[in-house]
Amino acid sequence: MNNGAPRFAADLAHLPTSAHGPRATTWWGTLGFILIEATGFALAAAAYFYLMGQTETWPPGQSPPDWLWGTLQLVLMLASLWPNWWTDRVAHADDLRKVRIGLVVMSAVGLLTLVVRAFEFGALNCRWDDNAYGSMVWVLLGLHAVHLITDVGDTLVLTVLMFTKHVEPRRFTDVTDNCVYWNFVVAAWVPLWALLYVVPRLV
Amino acid sequence: MSARDASRFIRRDGPSLGEAETHARLERTWATPPGLWGWLSSVDHKQVGRRYIVTAFVFFLLAGLLALAMRMQLAGPNQTLLTPDRYNQIFTMHGTTMMFLFAVPVMEAFAIYLVPLMVGTRAIAFPRLNAFSYWVYLAGGVMLWVAFILNVGPDVGWFSYVPLSGPQFSPGKRADFWAQMVTFTEVAALAVAVEIIVTVLKQRAPGMSLNRIPLFVWGQLVTSFMVVFAMPAVMVSSSMLIMDRLIGTHFFNPAEGGDALLWQHLFWFFGHPEVYIIFLPATGFVSSILPTFARRPIFGYTALVLALVATGFLGFGLWVHHMFATGLPHLGNSFYTAASMAIAIPSGIQIFCWLATLWDGRPRFATPLLFVIGFIVIFVLGGLSGIMLASVPIDSQVHDTYFVVAHFHYVLIGGAVFPLFGAIYYWFPKFTGRMLSERAGAWNFGLFFVGFNIAFFPMHILGLIGMPRRVYSYPAGLGWDDLNLLSTAGAVILAAGVLVFLGNVWHSLKHGLVADDNPWGAATLEWATASPPPSFNFVHIPVVTGSNPLWEEADGLPVVSGLRVDQRELLLTSVVDAAPEVREPSPEPSIWPLLSALAVTILFIGSIFTPWAVVWGSIPLAVGLIGWFWPKSAPDTPEPVIE
Repeated sequence: MNNGAPRFAADLAHLPTSAHGPRATTWWGTLGFILIEATGFALAAAAYFYLMGQTETWPPGQSPPDWLWGTLQLVLMLASLWPNWWTDRVAHADDLRKVRIGLVVMSAVGLLTLVVRAFEFGALNCRWDDNAYGSMVWVLLGLHAVHLITDVGDTLVLTVLMFTKHVEPRRFTDVTDNCVYWNFVVAAWVPLWALLYVVPRLV
Repeated sequence: MSARDASRFIRRDGPSLGEAETHARLERTWATPPGLWGWLSSVDHKQVGRRYIVTAFVFFLLAGLLALAMRMQLAGPNQTLLTPDRYNQIFTMHGTTMMFLFAVPVMEAFAIYLVPLMVGTRAIAFPRLNAFSYWVYLAGGVMLWVAFILNVGPDVGWFSYVPLSGPQFSPGKRADFWAQMVTFTEVAALAVAVEIIVTVLKQRAPGMSLNRIPLFVWGQLVTSFMVVFAMPAVMVSSSMLIMDRLIGTHFFNPAEGGDALLWQHLFWFFGHPEVYIIFLPATGFVSSILPTFARRPIFGYTALVLALVATGFLGFGLWVHHMFATGLPHLGNSFYTAASMAIAIPSGIQIFCWLATLWDGRPRFATPLLFVIGFIVIFVLGGLSGIMLASVPIDSQVHDTYFVVAHFHYVLIGGAVFPLFGAIYYWFPKFTGRMLSERAGAWNFGLFFVGFNIAFFPMHILGLIGMPRRVYSYPAGLGWDDLNLLSTAGAVILAAGVLVFLGNVWHSLKHGLVADDNPWGAATLEWATASPPPSFNFVHIPVVTGSNPLWEEADGLPVVSGLRVDQRELLLTSVVDAAPEVREPSPEPSIWPLLSALAVTILFIGSIFTPWAVVWGSIPLAVGLIGWFWPKSAPDTPEPVIE
């Protein structure tokens, strides 16, 4: 079909070579993986409720996790939405200097959440091998911790990258996608926090 | 230099560059480097797709040999060809291999190869992720089969029910290899699903609005969304199983507040959509083959798309019908009975649209169409026994009998393998540049159709008269002997059909008729380029003006120009209307996806034996991923580029 003289209908040389948000493939890719991981969280949460429904007392013979560290994590994460939003905005504007500031701040925030997470594990008042409740609590917190580690690692690498010669328009798209993913990590923590810290006190 | 002079040197396709020069430059830019290193670093979706197809077929043959071994064992009463223990491993490996290593991967393999061509783009979205997914899939399959050869193959059924698969009743590592194989294959499948979704939503040729997407691509899109929502369930459950077995968690241990049925809920929340994950791509094959051989556009395009989407949703509401025998509340059972029957409606709509296409067309009974007709007959029979099984009283009666074995082989072989063979005969010329033999194809189909029905129809009766599944032998005098012998004879005929197919492929690769671009006179874009397609798929990105572009633009498709030829570049278009939006770079070949997959393999296999593998294994994995994503060259020089 293309062997003869082609019929050119339009020339697209004027199109941009990078874009942010839904115009870029990486944004959709990030969204796809968010959907997968959100499904994983939802199913793990469903398993929590399922096991809760099979058990007379919940938690069975233990105290619920201590409030302090998990709630501190919640506050920290919600507060991090503001620098994250700001980083996203300056990345949209391709402002390298401000993006560097934003990424350094977000790296520090990320590392701080990992420290808090370590304390959370110490304040769960159960072990994973105590009973099914303990297993469930550890897996939910661990699943979220894996997401935290992944995003913090990604943010650190991206921060280093933005101080090298590799800065080009597409790197700013990477930054905005990273911001989208952080929003997801925070959004996932809100219901998980309620599940781990509030639900055992309500039933 | 004047603007006119400059434009002659801009490295983009267009009227000024000339066709031969464009072709040569695109080939330089997109070709995979030669040699072993090039082979290992390839990110070409056609090469990766071919590897997926070949690997999945190797697993199909291996699992088929296991099926033959079981049929030989069951051909008569009191046979001793296989020990009970070996038999347990064999039926588990047969089901596991067919479902996880053949059926889902082979359907995704066709998507990897064909979707970018059918939507008119140069590459799949995230081609390195695609290469990575193949290596991970290969590693998972090899791990499982090596374990089987070393006599640590799983022996607890393809769905590994607890408590049988738990630490108490399955000591050793057999069940762990099963659970970790799940992790490998689901990582691979999820990666491919995201690639397909993004390719379909963002990389369609200009003008290919949603209502002009080929039905095969629609089927793959809906399937990919089902993968996204279904596969996490089996990853969650198999991870819980490994943790119960390795670090003493109690998810499935009733003594410590766990629950065995939690496993079944999670497994079937994946397992039932899985059936449609295999079946919907097959309907895409059928909807591609039928219009070409009926020589008219598909009847009821919109109804077919809606049926696909409806199946995608309803497929998630059926999982409990696998659990009718577990004693669930009656109201719940009634709901799932209704849902199970409701899904027959979109399937019925599809069947009638296909029949109408044939009825109103001028059918040419080439091998692909023969397989489609075989599909319609067998799948309808499987659907009818499905309606029977949706009823709780019947299900309770025949649960775990050969009736169920007969049903799901009618649905899966009829619904997926027959269309798949049709698809191979149909697209083989596109993949290889040569036609398969039509004569051998007719023999292939005949042996397949007859052998299949002789092998599996008697199982309905065996089930009804009480023969249970998963028994390694049976005593004489129960009335099962003749039907079992008949079934084994059918399996041998079916195997002969597979041999004819293999011979046909072997012979045709070298001596088959040379295929031109569009040997069947089909309407979709993959037939608008050479057979096999060049590394860059299309010299110019085509413009789509209708649902059957090659029929509607008989004088050649209109094309757009302006994409770079000196760098890998794709055209991104809008989600609904496919209006051009961005020219985006596409990644170069890279060894890092393979290295990352090796790191994943070490982590996954290590974590069968010690939880610390997750900690230490994450270090090489992090190195692999950083190497993968770290930019290799200095930033682009600004455009336009002058030589």
